[in-house]
Amino acid sequence: MFKLALPRSAIAGAGGAAIPLLERLGLRAASGVGEAGWGRTALAGVVSFLYFFPVLWIILTAFKSYDDVLAVPAKFFFTPTLDNFRQVFSRAYSVQGQVQDTGFALFFFNSIVIATVSVAVALVLGTFAAFGFSRYPLKGNDTYLFIILSTRMLPAIVVIIPIFLMFRITGLAGTYLGIIALYTTFNLPFTIWMMKSFFDELSPDVEDAARIDGSSDARVFFKICLPQVVAGLAATAVFGLILTWNEFLFALLLSGVETRTVPVAMAQTIGGDIGVRWGLLAAIETLFLVPVIIVTFALQNQLLRGVTFGTIKR
Amino acid sequence: MERSSPTGGMAASPALSPALPSASPPAFAPALAPALAPIPRPAGRLLRWNNWQAALLVFVVGMPPAIALLPPAFSFWVAAALAVLLAATLVVNAWGRHTGGLLVAPALALLFVMNIYPLLWSFGLSFFNYRANRMKQPTFVGLQNYANVITDPVVWDRLHTTAIMVVLTVSVQMVIGFLLALLFSKQFPLRRYLMILVLTPMMLSFVAVGAFFRYYYEPSLGLLSQFVRLFTGEPYVLMQSVWGARAGIILADAWMWSPFVMLLVLAGLVSVPKYLYEAAAIDRAPAWRRMWSITLPYIRGLLLLALLFRTIEAFKLFDVVFLLTEGGPGTATETIAVYVYRVAFQYVKTSESTALTYILLFTVIVLTNLYLYLANRRIKEA
Repeated sequence: MFKLALPRSAIAGAGGAAIPLLERLGLRAASGVGEAGWGRTALAGVVSFLYFFPVLWIILTAFKSYDDVLAVPAKFFFTPTLDNFRQVFSRAYSVQGQVQDTGFALFFFNSIVIATVSVAVALVLGTFAAFGFSRYPLKGNDTYLFIILSTRMLPAIVVIIPIFLMFRITGLAGTYLGIIALYTTFNLPFTIWMMKSFFDELSPDVEDAARIDGSSDARVFFKICLPQVVAGLAATAVFGLILTWNEFLFALLLSGVETRTVPVAMAQTIGGDIGVRWGLLAAIETLFLVPVIIVTFALQNQLLRGVTFGTIKR
Repeated sequence: MERSSPTGGMAASPALSPALPSASPPAFAPALAPALAPIPRPAGRLLRWNNWQAALLVFVVGMPPAIALLPPAFSFWVAAALAVLLAATLVVNAWGRHTGGLLVAPALALLFVMNIYPLLWSFGLSFFNYRANRMKQPTFVGLQNYANVITDPVVWDRLHTTAIMVVLTVSVQMVIGFLLALLFSKQFPLRRYLMILVLTPMMLSFVAVGAFFRYYYEPSLGLLSQFVRLFTGEPYVLMQSVWGARAGIILADAWMWSPFVMLLVLAGLVSVPKYLYEAAAIDRAPAWRRMWSITLPYIRGLLLLALLFRTIEAFKLFDVVFLLTEGGPGTATETIAVYVYRVAFQYVKTSESTALTYILLFTVIVLTNLYLYLANRRIKEA
């Protein structure tokens, strides 16, 4: 009856503290499932390396000097330099011109602030809503959930045209408030579906027991349900951060000079500005990608749920 | 659902107060008066915080003059203030009685304001002749925009392009994803780490992927061109021919999203009972037979879900195209999403573009409905 222990998946999602070190490292397979040996590892290694190669090559390019980038045939071994990274933030726009601030520090700051604030707001609103949908079904609960998911599935271009016109009328275009409000809305359907899928998995017995013992609804939510889905909350937040961090079209049309995010600035860098300075572009991309790659590793167990917006759990 | 509060005796029940004005809404069953709703209701006061009917009246009466008389930038904030007032009274009224409604209301309200209302507004706009860069008052044209869009051969051409891209990219993703899943289906040393390398592209930004592949397809420095030059001795320009550009986009998109299919197929492979394979081994069933008769039936549902999900997403193909080719050469890779972007923001035919978006919206909603139906069926079966 009293199953207060966290669901196993929640523990595993947080890094798998209960699994022995060797198995966590993958050096020894968990009991009984190590069917394929090192041969499979070699094959998978080659395939994975080929698959990851485009990313790896960009990261390598970021450390190349200007001449190494232009070298034909491409150099695999070179003296690494941090010049490109320095030039992301300040460089001379013309030969022997004055060194100027490129504004990328601001764009990174914008990306971080906009993503963090919008995900935080969406997480608060979305978690309450998910709990509501999960525990207090309304009339037409499924219809609401369907409409919510539909708004997320729509092509961004469909949503952006009216928003663009409305932001122009209300003066929200190019402001932090406008873009954050839009991204909050963009994250909300995802958060609701993800958190609902986590709440749905909890055993209702514990809640019922707490209710019988006289806990209020609020207490049941904060003291019993929420602690059990902390891993889920973290996964949802991180997924939301990545989605917002990567988003392009909304930012392209609705962010002003002061509120421009990195993807937009990156696209503009490709368009004009620096022409064929691929090393510089690679440095921007590397700075932009590394957080995502690190986070992907931490999220591995929740990836399936995350990329399907919580509609497929396992 | 509602339990009477421990302090039920103290919470003054409005129905029991002697001077209950007939105008006020009927109080709920007094025995169930919840703990969180001890709102004083002095007799005859109109300005109670739970009087949402009055707030609604103010909202309905106040909105039209506010919109008509004030400049747009100002009337928006007036409307917002009135809406907040209405929302506040509704919340106070529902507190403690409609927990589910209260929990979902803020999220639904935000979605409505920022998403559904703009969509409805653009639906209205699609019946007018309106261009965002003209000062002219929009005129009502009925279904003219829809008629224009449906009879426009350019739209059909772009839909045709989109269909080609969707079919090709999704099938490539399904095949590669399936093969990757088979590779990773068994447990082997370092699996977790190697899988991360494969899963990473899925989490990357479209812009970054577009920029990558632009670099790789570059005629003089690009790795692809250098690789081809090893054999032909000539620089290779992929993005110049129609099918080359399409192949370039499909390669980038498939590289990005094959891991998605892999994840779903892996989830299916885990669910296949081991004893079936053991029985097949005893019967000496060949490998293709094991695949066809055991594996496929078990992962069919998830394959279908992956197919639908990827179709919906590929239908929206915008960012990669926008960054890699901008629709070129000519209009060979201009998908419908890119075309809508052009109509709306470059040709500024605003209302025509909204009519177009409604066709997209309808398609996506139908596909999403199908997807959810299948996903729910799978959950129920489990």
